[in-house]
Amino acid sequence: MNSFVIAAMLLVLLGLAYQTGWSRSRAVAQSSGQRLHSRPIYHGVWVALWVVIPAALIMGLWALFGPGVADQFARSQIPAEIAAGLEPGQIVNAVSRIKAIASGFGIIGEPQPFEAEAARALSQFQLYGFLIVILAAAIIGIGALLYARGRIVPGLRARNQVERVITLLLLACSGVAILTTVGIVASLLVEAIRFFTFINPLDFFFGTVWNPRFSTTGTGAEGDYGLIPLLWGTIMVATIAMLFAVPVGLMAAIYLSQYAHPRVRNVVKPLIEILAGIPTIVYGFFALVTVGPFLSGLGATVGLDIRATSAATAGLVMGIMIIPFISSLSDDILRQVPQSLRDGSLGLGATQSETIRRVILPAALPGIVGAFLLAVSRAIGETMIVVLAAGNSPVLRFNPFEPTSTVTVTIVNQLTGDSDFAGPQSLVAFALGLTLFVLTLILNVAALTIVRRFREQYD
Amino acid sequence: MSATETQASPVHQTVRTPDPNAHPARLKADAVSVFYGEKQALFDVSIDLPEKSVSAFIGPSGCGKSTFLRCINRMNDTIEGARVAGKITLDDHNLYDQSLDVVELRARIGMVFQKPNPFPKSIFENVAYGPKIHGLARSKADLEEIVITSLQKAGLFEEVKDRLHQPGTGLSGGQQQRLCIARAIAVGPEVILMDEPCSALDPIATAIIEELIDELRSNYTIIIVTHSMQQAARVSQKTAFFHLGKLIEEGPTEEIFTNPREKRTQDYITGRIG
Amino acid sequence: MSDMSQSAALDRRERVRNGLSRRHRGEAIFRGIGIAAIAIALALVGTLFWQVLSKGLPAFTQATLHLDVTFDEDVITAGPAPLRSDYASAAQYEAAFLDWRRALAGINWAALIEQAVRAEMPELDAEASDIRRLVDNNAGLTLRQMYQDDPALLNQTLNVALLGSADTDNWLKGTIDRSLPDARQQLSAVTRAIADRFAADGVISMDFAWHIFTNTDSRTAPASAGLAGAFVGSLYMMLVVVVLAVPIGVASAIYLEEFAPKNRFTDLIEVNINNLAAVPSIVFGLLGAAVFINYFRLPISAPIVGGLVLTLMTLPTIIIATRSSLRQVSPSLRQAALGLGASRTQMVFHHVLPLTLPGILTATIIGVAQALGETAPLLLIGMNAFVANIPGTPLDQSSALPVQIYLWQGNENRNFFEARTSAAILVLLGLMITLNAIAIFLRTRLERNK
Repeated sequence: MNSFVIAAMLLVLLGLAYQTGWSRSRAVAQSSGQRLHSRPIYHGVWVALWVVIPAALIMGLWALFGPGVADQFARSQIPAEIAAGLEPGQIVNAVSRIKAIASGFGIIGEPQPFEAEAARALSQFQLYGFLIVILAAAIIGIGALLYARGRIVPGLRARNQVERVITLLLLACSGVAILTTVGIVASLLVEAIRFFTFINPLDFFFGTVWNPRFSTTGTGAEGDYGLIPLLWGTIMVATIAMLFAVPVGLMAAIYLSQYAHPRVRNVVKPLIEILAGIPTIVYGFFALVTVGPFLSGLGATVGLDIRATSAATAGLVMGIMIIPFISSLSDDILRQVPQSLRDGSLGLGATQSETIRRVILPAALPGIVGAFLLAVSRAIGETMIVVLAAGNSPVLRFNPFEPTSTVTVTIVNQLTGDSDFAGPQSLVAFALGLTLFVLTLILNVAALTIVRRFREQYD
Repeated sequence: MSATETQASPVHQTVRTPDPNAHPARLKADAVSVFYGEKQALFDVSIDLPEKSVSAFIGPSGCGKSTFLRCINRMNDTIEGARVAGKITLDDHNLYDQSLDVVELRARIGMVFQKPNPFPKSIFENVAYGPKIHGLARSKADLEEIVITSLQKAGLFEEVKDRLHQPGTGLSGGQQQRLCIARAIAVGPEVILMDEPCSALDPIATAIIEELIDELRSNYTIIIVTHSMQQAARVSQKTAFFHLGKLIEEGPTEEIFTNPREKRTQDYITGRIG
Repeated sequence: MSDMSQSAALDRRERVRNGLSRRHRGEAIFRGIGIAAIAIALALVGTLFWQVLSKGLPAFTQATLHLDVTFDEDVITAGPAPLRSDYASAAQYEAAFLDWRRALAGINWAALIEQAVRAEMPELDAEASDIRRLVDNNAGLTLRQMYQDDPALLNQTLNVALLGSADTDNWLKGTIDRSLPDARQQLSAVTRAIADRFAADGVISMDFAWHIFTNTDSRTAPASAGLAGAFVGSLYMMLVVVVLAVPIGVASAIYLEEFAPKNRFTDLIEVNINNLAAVPSIVFGLLGAAVFINYFRLPISAPIVGGLVLTLMTLPTIIIATRSSLRQVSPSLRQAALGLGASRTQMVFHHVLPLTLPGILTATIIGVAQALGETAPLLLIGMNAFVANIPGTPLDQSSALPVQIYLWQGNENRNFFEARTSAAILVLLGLMITLNAIAIFLRTRLERNK
């Protein structure tokens, strides 16, 4: 209801303002006989901006601070003699009960008289607050409209000003990406530092035992939070994935870019890229029901004890996921090696494979290394495959056929179903997240720099 | 080789008139046509290319001269959809014979390209590449000797002898092109094909390359495609004029430039078509 | 000298020739490895799809009983439905109607099913519990709903299609090993015998399981568990992504490509966006948990939060793809527009942007498809909670398609849910393929009109 009123009001104001600007500018032009600097459309938009920006600003402020003000008001409505007898936590609880009653959602149990009283006051306060804000927005909007209308003259550079606002808006949008990174870094750092007030960072980064005993209270610092077993599991799974994906992906890219007939290429390349579009949860399921049992059966026939969920299963399936990633990145890079180098080598009598191995691959090496680093970054950040297929056993083991656990799996385990972040059990997820973020950041930046240099070399 | 050493800079050279028939022709083309898919790019070209002399192919761009050049060491094989009809023979062996090995052929007929294309390796490795893949050197010392000799023949050794292990891509354009010539020489070919080898170079570098071509003539059969009639006149003993995929006229360079039989050749030479 | 060079040339030719067969063998091997790599990759695509299809397709049909159910008044003791005319006020009628519904809920509807089964097999000697295990737990609910909608059914006999239980389905499809001893079977020997007999008689048939698309998840009645809730949850999230990520992403791409000065700051944005595109998705989940849920106190398990997290995650993808399509617009067009006196903004919005529309569309769909399949970040913001309702708004608790797959694969009734999970995967993949097909179709249309 509220949002509908606001939207309707804004729309009406907007239409009114646009119309005013449009017709006023034409009238001004006609009466003065001068040519308008900007077309009437821009005058319309110009006036509309004048109206909407202050009105939206007021309502934005209300949306941002209104709840806080209402909170304060609700708190002030609790009679002093009752408030004195309540713990801080109970007051917070009472405030939320009052707000719930006021909003009409209802609460568990009968409301106490003071609660009902406060809720009535609160709802009235909120209604008045809302009306005042709407009124203020409307008055300011109309005031701005009249002001802007008065400023319309033929020489007004309406278009330039409108365009400046548009540019600012575009700039603000590209700020979102920056804000995201800032948000990631800030939230990971803040929560990780809270975690380190429970656990010594040295114990975390160099501990070799992972055993965060879950206490029902969710607090208390008992348990071991050693990162090493998780990091080792991550490295092991990623290594297996790369060992499988690099030869297959790279050779596929070489074949497709250097040997395959264009018609074959046009069919096979999209087929392989299908693998890239499959959600990772599907790979996880594939690992669980197909690859795991297959590997374990294979192990049984050769007398090897391979567990169905193990580092090998997860690594292998992750490798499948990474194949298209490596092959399409490598393909791009191989195709950037100039044809003239190929001709030069072939012209000397080299066979195609000699040309590829001795000229094209060395020339493309930096770019391919960059692609590999991006793939590694992807492998260590991958979650669902390892959640389902790695066996979730955070013990320092060196046998890839045994279950293992990774940083990402542990983040999911520690944080799922818990949003209070009170104890180290859930906060550790952020310390792990920070580790993961820093690791991938280093890999990504290195890879992106290498690939960029490579591209510039052949541009 | 010693005969040409005393010659003045080719820039000031006038057209020389050695008789191209002084050398027998081991390389012959007979009714060669080339198709790219449906399109025919070359029509029934027949020509004899004399040994140990320079033959130049001239003509406006798109006339088929480069296409024909690439037929001679079968570089057209690498182009999708290209098809060659007719016969090119070296010592009476058809280059398009099923039993012929392209790898072996290209070791005998080397090629230098329009744009200098040194590999992103050291100068030494660039020249050593061919001998290495073909297994021409018996030992490391042998390989070194081949590399040095080739660089010397290409007139580059003095300039690069102190930096043999630095990347070949760091050289100037003219040096790069001479490096590519050294790279082709190192395999020990009998024929060297040059596809507009100077089109990416400045006049001074061009002059040096032209001088080099003249020197190489005593040991190699050289076929050069060029845009520049002056260049053809300066370096070649035999010239062939191509137009619209057809070989219009061929003969001793001097005759072509002074007394062409065909009107189209004359039009091209005098700048009326091109 | 001539002789020497002659012999050197012959020696060289000899050496080249000697190496040829070895080199050609190397060539063949290298080429073979390339073909093998392609074959492995294609075989993997094939295996994956074959696995999912072969496991998932059977789940779209389910054992369904077609029984002649009599709405017996001895069992349905709730009496006739209250009539509006019998009551003075609407409120009184409401209260009476509610009482009647409560009475209906207390009736043992399973008894009707038991009677119908016994009527079908008069010679049957079985406990009520044996018969009850035959049908899904929601079957009683189905009868109740039928009766509630039409109380005139009392004492009538009707052929009703009732969903068999998950265990019945397993037994008849053979997804449980039929040779296992009684102790390890999910159904008693009697129930199995009834199921076999009914299957032979055609009382049980394998019907298309529409409820996969219309029902929500269910814990008590696994056979009738469906994807509707998760589907709507995903739909809301994609709406949020399209509404937020596309305008913001396109706007930032336009700014960076067309307006931004080339300096340190824009370089930083560039590196930042490229890096964000490669940040693990789970880190975005941590961001959502810490910022949206813990700091802004947005509701847990809600599609709005999931949508916001996925928006931030897909933003770099959309920015990068849009920028590359902006870059493909030829500079001559820009110069022509500027030369005619258009401002930079006009040039971008009137001339460049329309040309990049297909590119933006593709970018959008790539982004949405990526977001649609993402699971890990959603687990961290509580979307793996069990939700039995279809969410009415993006603020309600909900699941999502990939999360539903995650939940189903973890169900203890493996035999049944392996197929059900594969079916859910097929639905998800089907959606993604449809999205991509639409993208390709629209792009070719737009490009042709250009």
